[in-house]
Amino acid sequence: MTTVHTYDAVIVGAGGAGLRAAIEAADRVRTAVISKLYPTRSHTGTAQGGMCAALANVEEDYPEWHAFDTVKGGDYLVDQPAAQLMTEEAVDAVYQLEHWGLPFNRTPEGRIDQRRFGGHTRNHGEAPVRRACYAADRTGHMILQTLYQQCVKRDVRFFNEFYVLDQLLSDGRCAGVVAYELATGEIHVFRAKSVLYATGGYGRIFKVSSNAHTLTGDGPAVLFRRGIPLQDMEFFQFHPTGVYKLGILLSEAVRGEGGILVNSEGERFMERYAPTVKDLAPRDLVSRAIYQEIKEGRGVGPRRDAVYLDVRHLPHDVIEEKLPDVTEFARVYLGVEPTREPVPIQPTAHYAMGGIPTNTDAQVVVGEEETPVPGLYAAGECACVSVHGANRLGTNSLLDIVVFGRRGGLHMSEFAGDADLPDLPDAPDVRVHETIDGLLNRPEGANAADIRGELQEQMFDLAFVVRSETSLRKMADVLAGLRERYERVFVQDTGKTFNTELTEVIELGFMLDCADALVAAALARDESRGGHYREDHPLRDDANWLKHSLAYRQADGSIKLETKPVKLGPYIPMERKY
Amino acid sequence: MDDGNGLGDVLEASDRRAAGAGGRVTLTLRIRRYNPETRGQESWWDEFTIESEPDDRLLDALHHVKWYLDGTLALRRSCAHGICGSDAMMINGRNALACKVIVRDVAPRVTVEPIRGLPVLKDLIVDMEPFFAGYRSVLPYLINDSGEPEKERLQSPEERHRYDDTTKCILCAACTTSCPIFWGDEEYVGPAAIVNAHRFVYDSRDEGGRRRLEILAEKNGVFRCRTTFNCTDACPRGIEVTKAIQDVKRSILFDRF
Repeated sequence: MTTVHTYDAVIVGAGGAGLRAAIEAADRVRTAVISKLYPTRSHTGTAQGGMCAALANVEEDYPEWHAFDTVKGGDYLVDQPAAQLMTEEAVDAVYQLEHWGLPFNRTPEGRIDQRRFGGHTRNHGEAPVRRACYAADRTGHMILQTLYQQCVKRDVRFFNEFYVLDQLLSDGRCAGVVAYELATGEIHVFRAKSVLYATGGYGRIFKVSSNAHTLTGDGPAVLFRRGIPLQDMEFFQFHPTGVYKLGILLSEAVRGEGGILVNSEGERFMERYAPTVKDLAPRDLVSRAIYQEIKEGRGVGPRRDAVYLDVRHLPHDVIEEKLPDVTEFARVYLGVEPTREPVPIQPTAHYAMGGIPTNTDAQVVVGEEETPVPGLYAAGECACVSVHGANRLGTNSLLDIVVFGRRGGLHMSEFAGDADLPDLPDAPDVRVHETIDGLLNRPEGANAADIRGELQEQMFDLAFVVRSETSLRKMADVLAGLRERYERVFVQDTGKTFNTELTEVIELGFMLDCADALVAAALARDESRGGHYREDHPLRDDANWLKHSLAYRQADGSIKLETKPVKLGPYIPMERKY
Repeated sequence: MDDGNGLGDVLEASDRRAAGAGGRVTLTLRIRRYNPETRGQESWWDEFTIESEPDDRLLDALHHVKWYLDGTLALRRSCAHGICGSDAMMINGRNALACKVIVRDVAPRVTVEPIRGLPVLKDLIVDMEPFFAGYRSVLPYLINDSGEPEKERLQSPEERHRYDDTTKCILCAACTTSCPIFWGDEEYVGPAAIVNAHRFVYDSRDEGGRRRLEILAEKNGVFRCRTTFNCTDACPRGIEVTKAIQDVKRSILFDRF
């Protein structure tokens, strides 16, 4: 039994980008939000440190300075007009959230307080600037709650715990999506004039990750399988300060408030790597510095594969009032008391800069000429605008989701207001039925957890902070083997009620797709830029590689790579020093 | 190694701790199961014994069971570090998030059940709709019809601090489903809804306080609370839930909204 629903606008995913788009669309057209999680479970809620905007509440600042930092932070792979637009709209985006009730921390004058964050500087790199608007160290939680509250106020229609498994296209335009209802195992077709993907990242392909178990690249993989390219997938951010072994994020705000990184000799080693901004260098630089310290024998911990994050010198009230959650993570998960002991940390897979290619209206675009797919949209981490280029600056993800979530929601509802309802393709649900029936009708086969575990281990060893042609070729071979095993994967639970074993196996398939695209693009890019570091090609190569990559899944399963130019602007690429 | 900062000592201590924690522990999980599709309306108990790292989360142990011993085990989880609020369960008789319970603290034996007072759908998964209906009933969004200024509304740090505690709520339902009043009557809005009303009632920017207090003064509202403090004990975010409920009661009785 398949149920068919009809909407003007369907939003897939209910984190910050999806909810922000929903607020915009629901006021204008018939809108539904489909999410495999309850909205408040979305990973936006775990973002900690802040959201940057040049409000200049505590010191001089301008959107133009913010734009420069974003472009330089992204190692010049950023599309500069998109970054300029985002940093200009940032100011109103923060005020909008405040008007909706977001409980920002305040200055003594009652204005929104702002703090320092990695890579954000005054006047093109002079010194760190206080630009991040924040709510203690739970800024993402407050953004997610505030946006959900506004959806409740507007009585937005949610399909919670519905998992989108396929995109419908007819005559080259978006026709809707197919979803699996977790509670019942029923298939639902959503016929829709416009669809916006806001499904988040896929950090779970790495063993050490700050990402939720549910961040498995669903949106990018669904579209990849339907011939939509994925852009700049080789660029993944490894956040320097993850809880040792667990990868749980310890916000950059810890260093923004004065925390420092030290090695086994007690040295504040970032002074050597980034003399001007030190511990507040962008994340790619800090993660590589940590890797170098460990490689040269100055790591800490029983295996000397960590360094310390030290806040013992900070006033206790700063720790308790501005960093309460991160200190609790250290206490609960490491048994470490940060006011008395330094916290062992290591880089953790954190954020996908790449994803579904879009323009600044969040329209999905294909090819070098960036042709929009009518009715198809993406925003947030699953998308690639590209405002983060090769390395995202801290706080710019929260900004990205509200700015481009809003723009996508607006554009998709205007599009839907004018467009006819598209025809559904014949037998729209057949592919999803085949997938599910195939998985549920195997008497035995490979264990999904083994495949997933090996994927995560190997990606961590071979495609993490430091890569090479050798490591990536090996990873490509590993992926081919895992794919073969995945074709025989076994699902024990054959039921229809909350068959989360089945949905986890489907998620694993999406993870393999994202890993395939990442490794293929990383192999091709024989230079180092931002989060993509090739030890066999340690320098940036603007002559050959100042361009975006596009990965296409071919009918035979192979991946075809193309490139397209970076949209430049006022900022001429220069060597990146901090 | 010694930097005069005690780092050398710390390093040795952390190595010692890591060395001491090397041994795996045996953990028996006793899990209340329910699956109307295969076993009818009766719940049953299953036991699984696994080897676990002592500093693993209970969620890791549940994953081990699901991934290697019984794929049909159903639970919700996402972030795995106490922020998303998916994995509230009754663990050894008390509500907690499975990702914030460390194996060392419950080994060698732990009992895991679904949270109480909401209909169980399968194993550890309950129907959250009644919970969210309670949440929605208290108008959980900023109400301010005085127009929006060009920039931010001003709010002093003291005004901001007044409602800080209740902004931490992650809607996990651990508090509401630990409340004996809620167990007896699902119509009671429950602690989490009151916490989310509190978050706006005491926000200096909000103008909807009176409407929320009127809702909470009704028969399924705040006066059903008998201050058993279960909710405060259950909150994984450390919110003083009972105190928030008492704040609201006092405002209904004494404040002129």
